[in-house]
Amino acid sequence: MTGYVLRRLLWLAPVLFFVTLITFVLMHLVPGGPWDTNNRPMSPQLREQLESKYGLDDPVWQQFLTYSWNALQGDLGVSFQYQDRSVTEIIREGMEVSAVLGLMALAFALLVGVTLGVVAAVKQNSLIDYASVFLSTFAASTPSFVLGILLIVVFAVQLGWLPVFGWEKVWWLFPNWKQAILPTVTLGALPAAYVARITRASVLEVLQQDYVRTARAKGLHERLVLGRHVLKNAVVPILTVSGPIAASLVTGSFIVETVFAIPGLGKQFVAAVFQRDYGMIMGTTIFYAVVIAMANLVVDMMYVAVNPRIRY
Amino acid sequence: MVRAATIPRPREVEPQAEQRSLWRDALRRFLRNRLAVVSILVVLSLAVAAVFAGQIAPHDPSAQDCATGALRGSSADHLLGTDATCRDVLSRLIHGTRVSLSVGVLTAVAVFLVAVPIGALAALSTRLVDNLLMRFTDLTYAFPDLLMIILLSRVLADTAVPGGSVAIIILAISLVGWVTIARLVRAQMLLQREREYVQAAEAIGASRWRIAVTHLLPNSLGPVIVAVTFVVPQAIFAEAALSFIGIGVTPPQATWGGMVEAGYAAVYSVPMLVVYPAAAIAITMMAFTFIGDGLRDALDPRAVRGF
Repeated sequence: MTGYVLRRLLWLAPVLFFVTLITFVLMHLVPGGPWDTNNRPMSPQLREQLESKYGLDDPVWQQFLTYSWNALQGDLGVSFQYQDRSVTEIIREGMEVSAVLGLMALAFALLVGVTLGVVAAVKQNSLIDYASVFLSTFAASTPSFVLGILLIVVFAVQLGWLPVFGWEKVWWLFPNWKQAILPTVTLGALPAAYVARITRASVLEVLQQDYVRTARAKGLHERLVLGRHVLKNAVVPILTVSGPIAASLVTGSFIVETVFAIPGLGKQFVAAVFQRDYGMIMGTTIFYAVVIAMANLVVDMMYVAVNPRIRY
Repeated sequence: MVRAATIPRPREVEPQAEQRSLWRDALRRFLRNRLAVVSILVVLSLAVAAVFAGQIAPHDPSAQDCATGALRGSSADHLLGTDATCRDVLSRLIHGTRVSLSVGVLTAVAVFLVAVPIGALAALSTRLVDNLLMRFTDLTYAFPDLLMIILLSRVLADTAVPGGSVAIIILAISLVGWVTIARLVRAQMLLQREREYVQAAEAIGASRWRIAVTHLLPNSLGPVIVAVTFVVPQAIFAEAALSFIGIGVTPPQATWGGMVEAGYAAVYSVPMLVVYPAAAIAITMMAFTFIGDGLRDALDPRAVRGF
């Protein structure tokens, strides 16, 4: 197991190298630079000064080597747009917000998804079952920003219960619950539907096992049968999908952050692409790649932990 | 694909029994799925709207009718009202069908055409090609999909690609999307290669090329077609999301994502301006998803599914 983890961590190095290389090449394929989009025309002298300050007048391969060397030491350079702020600092700020939002959405997805899935399975082919099947089919095929906007129209505009957008920290990293509720539901709806599907299938399968019949036959209360035998065994597939779900929630909130004007990493990335802020784009991409790679590693380790039959 | 043996009823043993091929069985199973059949009708009517948008739409989608005024509710002339720049919402919705459908379908076609030969090559050729594809997929999976699509569409937008912003989006989504399908093609063909009928074909001296084209490929295609069908709603979503962020199709052209974005500014005064295009996106994506579900049940009846 330790050897496997070490091998996977070593494999991370070439992946990250190529991620850096590809993003770097893509960025430099584009004609024009980060100062083209400014409204004020810039004098050639000033441009030259800026370019030499950020090393943009060096040959491209030299820029790449310098960047990689600095990145290895944890320095992702400076943002061209927010001058004098380091990319690492901006990413940390955005990530705090995105991570809180992503984890809340994950909690929502697991809570709602598991509940719906278990109820649907236990009451198979009942009205509740069909309702939850319909609900999750709807959630699975409605894009996040459509759902977000429909929620805004209903709960913020028509009913006026919740604010349209915003994200102000009120307690540690958490925002006001009224601000958090719509983005959390929007982001969590799709994974909730997915979890509900998997839970239903998994519970249905366990319910057919002999040991469940035995538990019932010996007169165990139905609640104990469900809690002690069914759920415990049905949880394995749910556990294994929550890893990739968590990674996709934390890294995939571009759209939801834009809809609700949440200052997370996704929104910062979109802004950076618009401004052609090389430093921010590179830094964010590398950071996302690391998060995804680590999440995949954790998931694979979890497979082993919950299923002792898998060996590496 | 081997069908589970069924107990023959007397009628089916008769010599004039109806001919049952793999594809005919699949068609029968598909038609039994009412949701999928309704979805086909929905998609067909969307396709008619897209092709004949110029004839169906009551107004020019870009014409500004400022005699009526901006942000007006529905009237006899403008059934769904006008937007912030006095354009007819219904006409823009109808013309938006063109973008969404062409992005969805053309991306799926492009992905299919690229992924099948590459996946087949990886499955049938030397280990080197196979390893190359697998390492490349590892690399692709290191990027979040949407991040890569955003980055690519931005880069492509600045380098002159013929065909305008719609072509750029199709290209960007296909470049990200083909990898998963190629992997599926590879896995399916490797699976088929171990089957007895392939051994039988080898035994009677069929060439490798012949086995690949007449046996492995058609038998691997079922799950691949299903997966490619699900590329359509994903691509429609990606285009709408990009246009919503403002990186997608360039503004004067009517797209549903762009309409949502424009309407969002006036969500307090005229919420319906956002609801119409949002509903159009959701309905279209849902229709394609149901068709995909139906195809999966029809072509791949043993696939494990939750519902």
